[in-house]
Amino acid sequence: MKDEKYTPLPRRPIGLDREELKKRTVTAPDGQTFEVDPIRDYYCQDAPKAHQRSYIKIVEDFFNWCRAESLWILGYGTGCGAIEMRPLMTPRFDAYRYGIQWRPTPRQANLLMISGYLSVKTLKRAIRSYEQMQNPKYVVGLGSCTINGGMYWDSYNTIKKLDEYLPVDLYIAGCMPRPEALLAGFEDLKKIIKAGGGEGANKYAENFEWYKANQKSVIKDWDMPDYNW
Amino acid sequence: MRALYDRLKDRFQLGELTRQRPDLGFVTVGRDHLRALLVELKDVEGFTHLVLFTAVDWLEDGQFQLTYLLNNRATAQDLGVRLMIPREGASMDTIHDLWPTAETYQRELYEMFGIDFPGSPRVDEDFILEGWTDLPPNRRDFDTKEYSEATFAERAGRESHDPRDHMKQKLYPDGE
Amino acid sequence: MSFEWIQIPYALLTLLIVFVYGVFMTTIIRKMGARAGGRYGIRLYQTFVDLAKNYALRSHISHGIMFYLGPVFRLTGGVGLILFVPTIYGSVMHQNFAFAGDLVLALYFVFFGTLGMALGAGESGHPYSAVGITRGLSQMTAAELPFVLAVFAVSLQYQTLSITEIVAAQQGGFLSWTLFTNPIAVVAAMIGFLGTMMRSPFDVFLAPQEIPIGPPTEFHSAYLALMQTNRILFPIAKIVIYMNLFFGGATNWPVFFLKVFLIYLVSALVGVVFPRFRVEQSIRFFLIWGLPLGILSILIV
Repeated sequence: MKDEKYTPLPRRPIGLDREELKKRTVTAPDGQTFEVDPIRDYYCQDAPKAHQRSYIKIVEDFFNWCRAESLWILGYGTGCGAIEMRPLMTPRFDAYRYGIQWRPTPRQANLLMISGYLSVKTLKRAIRSYEQMQNPKYVVGLGSCTINGGMYWDSYNTIKKLDEYLPVDLYIAGCMPRPEALLAGFEDLKKIIKAGGGEGANKYAENFEWYKANQKSVIKDWDMPDYNW
Repeated sequence: MRALYDRLKDRFQLGELTRQRPDLGFVTVGRDHLRALLVELKDVEGFTHLVLFTAVDWLEDGQFQLTYLLNNRATAQDLGVRLMIPREGASMDTIHDLWPTAETYQRELYEMFGIDFPGSPRVDEDFILEGWTDLPPNRRDFDTKEYSEATFAERAGRESHDPRDHMKQKLYPDGE
Repeated sequence: MSFEWIQIPYALLTLLIVFVYGVFMTTIIRKMGARAGGRYGIRLYQTFVDLAKNYALRSHISHGIMFYLGPVFRLTGGVGLILFVPTIYGSVMHQNFAFAGDLVLALYFVFFGTLGMALGAGESGHPYSAVGITRGLSQMTAAELPFVLAVFAVSLQYQTLSITEIVAAQQGGFLSWTLFTNPIAVVAAMIGFLGTMMRSPFDVFLAPQEIPIGPPTEFHSAYLALMQTNRILFPIAKIVIYMNLFFGGATNWPVFFLKVFLIYLVSALVGVVFPRFRVEQSIRFFLIWGLPLGILSILIV
């Protein structure tokens, strides 16, 4: 039921039409003029590529074991689940003894925890963070919100199925899952990685078009290049 | 609170005072007197803090109710100033020069209810929803479920229960 | 001192021993920090695994030539320090490439890595890196001052710039250590030591919780692994200098392990007890307490 009487209020341009993202000519303090194209100059546009595994199986197995035993989580919380992750650092749960550590920058992290509902605005940031991480990288979805929307199933601004937008390796069910469930989930993730199943980054690269189409169907305000490494 | 109301009642043609708690009251005011009342409350009566500025959608009456909640730190009192504006072509005077925080509230109302505040800085910028193209989502004629189903991919197999019936069934399967 | 080819494998052997020892010591120090916080802490082999994983990551992104060279310079600082400082006094195998003026070279290497890092982090173009580098370099410079003054005092005291000769002069019982012959210089140097160990309370510029995470923000996979390797080697190398200059050096490996561990422990204990200082607080600390002590030690000599 749409209100016929409503006339939309004027909004500033969004997405790539933003003023600051337009190609423009800049005059430097020394009088030189040059062209700036923010989208092209500040980012790399190359699409991700799938990386081959090692040819020797035992080497790859060893690497997978190392990756599984040294999970570095990106300290990025999206919803209420962020509060459930913090106790893992504390003496009571102490995830460090399982080889799980937190890194503050996506460059150094291997594991992106989507800890709860993702609004469209947060999804954009999550995608950017994910794309800055280095292959191999893993995504774990926490809570029912990432699985099927959970209690936000009819919300106008939260996504309902995370694996449409990012390659998810593992879901941990619950609303929210307790830290014990997280620890169990990490152990499961380790098993997947050791078995050679943690190829989410390659999956993302191979199905890049599909993921991008899904992401863009939701994120109307697309103000970044297609791939942010 | 009552003394304050009596002082201001005639000058600003206030409506009835609704007292929710001893330290919380609400008055209604006409649009012409709103600004004068807010200035008086802020500068003379000591209601220096804008706690909240929000709107309620009275769809059936075709009106928006704006609520300015003010706080007086010295006397620990809250006073809500209510104001009705027509829903169609909703527009209101900006108060960002009285309280700079109002700028943010006005951006929110602009985005979530579609109420215009001419002159308020950055009011046409995105606030929370980035790139929203539909009806403002906090209007009651916006169907959030329909929008969600049309926009976001769903996972099959989800079941919904009416909480009341479901709890009754689970907790008291034999009936009452 | 004459050069012989056999020194190269010997020096590499030293490097290997120091590396393995460093990995375990880093782990143990981290575990001690965790135990102080009531946690169990990381596993003993965790540092190895982290290193192997980072070297094994598949994708790398470069931001330019200096971005490559930054971690390499950093590692060069650590490795060079070990190679040019006599690790075990009187041992032919672990004498490394010590020569008459090696003290000056060692001082240079202590700062070399930080400078290389500054260039590399600047190239990455991340604002956090630039902020972190600025803060880090100012604090490092302040912390180096007491250390350098103390080193001058020691070299004046023994009238030599060769670390080997300084160690030789300290042989023969506890009381001939610089610790007892020139205590003020040692105190000044230890203040500088706390500052350059990149541990709490003087690690605000690369603490993960502060401006994340300072200089290494953009460094990842193999770059980060190189820097981690350096984080393992460099403290040991620096402690070796301290041990040689102030604590009588080491004549065999067990003594070496023990002394290095104890000196590292000083930094770890201080780190566990004290919360982080802000950069301006720590600079003030070094200038008010470290600098006068360093000058005093030179004057006394």
